[in-house]
Amino acid sequence: MSRLRMLRARTSRARHAKTFVRRDWYRDGYICYVHRMIKGDNTASLLSMRGITKEFAGVKALRGVDLDVVAGEVHCVLGQNGAGKSTLIKILAGAHQPSGGEIFWQGEQREIPNPVAAIHMGVATMYQELDVVDGLTIAENIFLGHELATGGVLHRARAARTTRQLLERLGHGDLSPHREVGTLSAANKQIVSMARALSHDAKLIIMDEPSAVLDAEEVKNLFRVVNELTSQGIAIIYISHRLEEIRQIGDRITVIKDGASMASGLAVADTPTPELIRLMTGRNVEFVFPPRGELPADAPVVLDVAGLSLRGVFTDVSFEVRAGEVVGLAGLVGSGRSEILETVYGARRATTGRVSVDGKRLRPGAVDTAVATGIGLSPEERKSQGLILDEPIFKNVTLSSFARYARGALLNERRERAVTREQIEALELRPADPDRPAGTLSGGNQQKIMLARWLVHGTRVLLLDEPTRGVDVGARAEIYALIRRLADAGTAIVVVSSEIPEVLGLADRVLVIGDGHVLHSTPATEIDEHGVLDLVMKGTAA
Amino acid sequence: MSEQTPTTVNEPSAPTQAAPPEKSANAMQRFLSGAAGRNLGLVIALALLIVVGVITAGDRFWNVDNFLTIIRFASIIGVISIGMTFVITAGGIDLSVGSVMGLASVVASLSWVQAAADQTSWLLMVVVALAVGGAAGFVNGIVIAYGKVVPFIATLAMLVGARGLAELLSNKTTQVVSVQGFLDFFRGDFLGIAWLNWIFLLAAVAGWFLLGRTTFGRRTVAIGGNFEATRLAGIRVKRHLVWLYVLVGVSAGIAAVMMLGRTTAGTSTHGLLYELDAIAAVVVGGTLLVGGRGTIVGTVLGVLIFSTLTNVFTQNNLSQSVQQIVKGVIIVVAVLLQQRFASRPGRSS
Repeated sequence: MSRLRMLRARTSRARHAKTFVRRDWYRDGYICYVHRMIKGDNTASLLSMRGITKEFAGVKALRGVDLDVVAGEVHCVLGQNGAGKSTLIKILAGAHQPSGGEIFWQGEQREIPNPVAAIHMGVATMYQELDVVDGLTIAENIFLGHELATGGVLHRARAARTTRQLLERLGHGDLSPHREVGTLSAANKQIVSMARALSHDAKLIIMDEPSAVLDAEEVKNLFRVVNELTSQGIAIIYISHRLEEIRQIGDRITVIKDGASMASGLAVADTPTPELIRLMTGRNVEFVFPPRGELPADAPVVLDVAGLSLRGVFTDVSFEVRAGEVVGLAGLVGSGRSEILETVYGARRATTGRVSVDGKRLRPGAVDTAVATGIGLSPEERKSQGLILDEPIFKNVTLSSFARYARGALLNERRERAVTREQIEALELRPADPDRPAGTLSGGNQQKIMLARWLVHGTRVLLLDEPTRGVDVGARAEIYALIRRLADAGTAIVVVSSEIPEVLGLADRVLVIGDGHVLHSTPATEIDEHGVLDLVMKGTAA
Repeated sequence: MSEQTPTTVNEPSAPTQAAPPEKSANAMQRFLSGAAGRNLGLVIALALLIVVGVITAGDRFWNVDNFLTIIRFASIIGVISIGMTFVITAGGIDLSVGSVMGLASVVASLSWVQAAADQTSWLLMVVVALAVGGAAGFVNGIVIAYGKVVPFIATLAMLVGARGLAELLSNKTTQVVSVQGFLDFFRGDFLGIAWLNWIFLLAAVAGWFLLGRTTFGRRTVAIGGNFEATRLAGIRVKRHLVWLYVLVGVSAGIAAVMMLGRTTAGTSTHGLLYELDAIAAVVVGGTLLVGGRGTIVGTVLGVLIFSTLTNVFTQNNLSQSVQQIVKGVIIVVAVLLQQRFASRPGRSS
């Protein structure tokens, strides 16, 4: 404890020093090093959850989870989609009440009846969908609900001053407290959310997949902030699908599978990755990319994109995709990757250039003709752009083709269900019930609905934007295998992913995108992650 | 760590879904949140109202003629509500139905239209009313789908504008219908039941079929459920939106014809505040105001509940004001109950 106090003193001294000094400190990893030493003998438990269970109307979402968090650590919670991570978080945040089990906070047994109680206790939650208000300034957001005021009159200056201090604690003194939050990037919105947690004197911050919306550089910055927080004695519960991240940032891990903790408080450094995957999935598989088939030399060009531009986003993009070929677009977030896909699809209207399928030129900005000609898109945001969550699986699968099964204007739902059942069988979609609402499915199975939609429709070109976002490791391998199987059946496929290894492992050919330009086109086997990043860096500098 | 042996994949896939199949513990809730359960709630509410009617008004309430009267009172607002169900299911709203109905009644009863109808057939008046409704809906649809004006504002503008146009055309006078064929038809009946009731029934069956059994209905629900996803699935969402507003406009046109038949006069004050009654009936019936779920059966029950309520109050000589208070309470209670039962099974992580 005393050493922690010492460290705090040093940190606060550093805080008052000039910014660059502090930055250097962290770059040396000095704080982290000292900090980790302290954690070694810090046994004071901050949070201890024992045998937590939760039932929703007869369905057991949690069957006994143990979680122990000590002050100043980054505790990772790992689990597949549907394992119960979100339920666990919501119990901690006071949004759900556990059906059984005990929660100890700093050694005392506690109940968390509602979200306000959680905040008062010192638990702050950063949900994936950040709960910041776009129309308010940073300072207003931070003091939302506990405004600094006397008799209803706000102390704007004091709020701004405190906000600045909080932001500096997070190493972001450059953000103005008066800036409107709607103008910030996702990464900076997270900073605001964290600052709000600090303003409540949070001792534990729960981060639900914070890196999902960030690019590589922003993730590094997030880690820097996380280190800064833990060095001030704040504990972090960090939830992520990405094992590499957990390796980098985590101290200990709790693995949840099927609503029960498989292992609690494993030291990250002592647990090999295959062991984690085994605990999480019950299988011994990492990412498995299926072998590439040999592309016949005479495979016809299916998708031909020539000189496509969208003003202010990307310029002069040209590429061809042949039948059976998988082309990957690699680049950083904001490089224009997703916009290129959406423009090819017609969801955005190209400024110049043309797109043809099988030699037929498409009308720009018309999704319906693109779909009719044989292009399918699985969008980046499955939930908001792809699926109708309250509607059953079969209506989602046949969303692009129900008119075809109809007799005249009369729907034929029996036929639609039958077609969906075939796809459920072929894609191993779970649960295997065509009438289950799509919103109740895991990320991997929702992705399968999107693939099934285009399989049923019979597309010639499939555009996949982040096909494995929010998909757990086990289901990823299945999605990869499916994509390859589709290609082998003659579909032309374009894949966009922010995970460069995924693009490299999945695609036959890779286009490196930087700053709205195609920087390089090469067979996937002739480039590695470093090569891609080098090109991107050079391209951006030029 | 990427290129490993691909052979290990084909183990039987572990269950990725933690949730076991729901069991009987929540079967009741599942039933109540289903379509049948929601409608059952409305039927119970209607039955309660009828019980109240029988207790308070006895035989004056409990006879076939009175029930036909209740349905006849429900019929005009009912036809509008059926059209309204479609736009609300698609996530939109049409505030202009009452005004459009007024306008259609005025145009269809203009002296030169009536003169032309006398020359040809009284059906000309019907065609004119439907055309006026459809045209107003078309304008709404174009402004909403292609002008990207939110439905609330676009149809609010139509509400004001159509009422003004109706006043201008009718000179704020009441235009008496003198086309004999028209009057005869609406004075008559079929199997002893007034034509207004038949039209309501036909509209209900047609609406139920259109919403639940056709591609048009599927598109409507899909657009309300997720507009962007529907657009990206290749469905021509804008064109469909226009058709939806034409549909509700035509339903206002039908209502105008029924009003002309019942009152034998066209005036710019027909349909005043009908949009609110229609929205109330649709929402009480169980259609989600945010779109994505709609029920014609629910709407019909909602209309009947309000109409029965009016009847019970009239039979007991209670004032209109008390009736409106009760109406307000019913709307709130109905929506509160729906929120309670309509909560869906939690989506776990």
